[in-house]
Amino acid sequence: MTALSTETTQASRTAAIPFILKKAFLSACVALVLFSLMIGIRTEAGPDGQLTWWTRLGDLASIVGLVFGGSIVVELLRQWIGPTGAEKLVPAPVQRSLSLAGRFLGPALLVFTLLVPVIFYNQRYILDLAILVLTYVMLGWGLNVVVGLAGLLDLGYVAFYAVGAYSYALLATNFGWSFWVCLPLAGMLAAIWGAMLGFPVLRLRGDYLAIVTLAFGEIIRLVILNWQDLTGGPNGVSGIPRPSFFGIPLDNSDDGLAAKLGIEYSPTHRIVFLFYLILALALLTNWVTIRLRRLPIGRAWEALREDEVACRALGINTTTTKLTAFATGAMFGGFAGAFFATRQGFISPESFTFQESALVLAIVVLGGMGSQLGVALAALTMIGGFELFRGLETYRMLVFGMAMVLIMIWRPRGIIGHRAPTVYLTKAQAISSDLVKEGHG
Amino acid sequence: MDYFAQQLINGLVLGSIYGLIAIGYTMVYGIVGMINFAHGDIFMIGGFIALISFLLLVSLGLTAIPLILLLVLLVAMAVTALYGWTVERIAYRPLRHSFRLAPMLSAIGMSFVLTNYSQVAQGARVKPVPPIITGGYTLHEGAEGFAVRLSNMQIMVVSVTIVLLAMFTWLVSRTRLGRDMRACEQDQTMAALLGVDVDRTISMTFVIGAALASVAGMMYLLYYGQVDFFMGFVAGIKAFTAAVLGGIGSLPGAVLGGLAIGLIETFWSAYFSVEYKDVAAFSILIIVLIFMPTGLLGRPEVEKV
Repeated sequence: MTALSTETTQASRTAAIPFILKKAFLSACVALVLFSLMIGIRTEAGPDGQLTWWTRLGDLASIVGLVFGGSIVVELLRQWIGPTGAEKLVPAPVQRSLSLAGRFLGPALLVFTLLVPVIFYNQRYILDLAILVLTYVMLGWGLNVVVGLAGLLDLGYVAFYAVGAYSYALLATNFGWSFWVCLPLAGMLAAIWGAMLGFPVLRLRGDYLAIVTLAFGEIIRLVILNWQDLTGGPNGVSGIPRPSFFGIPLDNSDDGLAAKLGIEYSPTHRIVFLFYLILALALLTNWVTIRLRRLPIGRAWEALREDEVACRALGINTTTTKLTAFATGAMFGGFAGAFFATRQGFISPESFTFQESALVLAIVVLGGMGSQLGVALAALTMIGGFELFRGLETYRMLVFGMAMVLIMIWRPRGIIGHRAPTVYLTKAQAISSDLVKEGHG
Repeated sequence: MDYFAQQLINGLVLGSIYGLIAIGYTMVYGIVGMINFAHGDIFMIGGFIALISFLLLVSLGLTAIPLILLLVLLVAMAVTALYGWTVERIAYRPLRHSFRLAPMLSAIGMSFVLTNYSQVAQGARVKPVPPIITGGYTLHEGAEGFAVRLSNMQIMVVSVTIVLLAMFTWLVSRTRLGRDMRACEQDQTMAALLGVDVDRTISMTFVIGAALASVAGMMYLLYYGQVDFFMGFVAGIKAFTAAVLGGIGSLPGAVLGGLAIGLIETFWSAYFSVEYKDVAAFSILIIVLIFMPTGLLGRPEVEKV
């Protein structure tokens, strides 16, 4: 019996080769038509505004060849792995040890992060990169409340980031308020904006909500860009004050922290301070999220993500539940924005485009929607990856888009981890069909 | 008054372009229930294909403008339709039974792919073309020397839109494919049981939507005389606004919404401020969704468990 079945699979595999070739050939034909004009011919505006063009047949041929080869490989992989998907690939013992490792990964990562400024004290580049990664970790954790926990697709998260950044920048440059006064204000303003947007639109279905938040993000950006008197328009706001150590400036003056502590001043002090500042903010976000998840409101968020109709049937006020998620996420976005403004010292509308929203969203999705550790690792991977391919600016967005599509196809609940609801029934209850027939259940 | 009439003409022309794109959104939403976020980029690709094929045909020595335009139209529609098909095949079909945010996220990814693909393939700079269709009529000579003009280009945009819409309405209401599409819109499972090839019908929906978007792209190229890789984003959101305003899922609604958005945008730029015209369009999207979620001609959505 076993021999027979192996024989038949062998037979089906050999019989499949013409099929695979045919499929690859068709893919290559499609690719040829798709790319013939866009890749095969390159247009460019000449110096006198006249369009010129030249052919790139070599590029075209290699791309079509790549598609041919690629589709053979994909088809072979599909046949060998089978249609069951990725679940079977990892055997149970490996999975168990992986989850055990996962339990220690979080604390280990935290300890390592705490030690980063000690280890890389003299490497300014790594410290800057670490601050950038942590900013995105914080943004990811903030958006995670909205997308990961409450299941609301927010494509305009960067709007709240912008609100926070501009709140701090304008308050600090116009009134000279300190960072520590402005930080809560920036968060509150962002939360108010979140509530203001959320209140009317949260009745909408998921897709509509996504588009409305996208439109809102664009509106905020366009208003910032065009309201020149207040925001400086495309020139942005410059000269934003650097943060102080609770009132003690981190500079080379007699009042500076270095002088007070009696140590020699170094510009790295400020970088290290910024690093611990964003780390504290990110950990605050994480802590609040974890605590909220245990409260009724957090449970309601997760329930909402799983099934909105059931939530309503159970008497959960979906509008206020969504609104709190939205405002909480927006508040953390505002905190991150204030930090961004103080770190950069200069902000302009260019930092708050839709691409930024999509990047944060991709971090949350890649991290597995709701998993805190997953989001942190995803931020590290994405921002680190972007940094590695810094020279290939245009290609990296191309790869980024492809990765988003592939992740959705391959592991829609996230590559790195995924979070099941905090509370769930351990045993699925089977209900006899007699009980739920029409008119009886 | 003359100024108003001129703006009315300009608005209707712009609205026709939005309407053509909006049909793609509304059709896909009606059948699959997802927002095809990459549709704006399909429009952009259509513009590029039209530009490149136009350059090729001119270089080949063709001089008859109507013939060139017809060929460009056919090539753009065919190639862009294939783009629409491929996008559906790669990014949406595997996700048909996935969780509800998955197709939307995949569509966003696809939109990034298409935008950056054309940037990589054709460069980031704006591609200008000289005006191809020139001339026009002066409808009314105003007292202050302001003349209401109707250019041949504007006549062409509107008439092509009308012809395509007539063809499309015929397709949906009279042919086998149109019947299949309407059946899938009502109930995919039932349609499949009755022998409708659901996968094929959905593919065809994307193909037709992309073909219409490519015409819009070509019209945009001819009317504004330029294309660039980023034009799909804003145009896509506005066309989506048009689809929502008209009532998503409704085909006449999409055109009506397109015209409305075109008029609002033009009048806003003419009488208030050019800088805030996109803000006006996006605000309308939010306002419509809040106060009139079913749009002008849409049916209320019934949620079933």
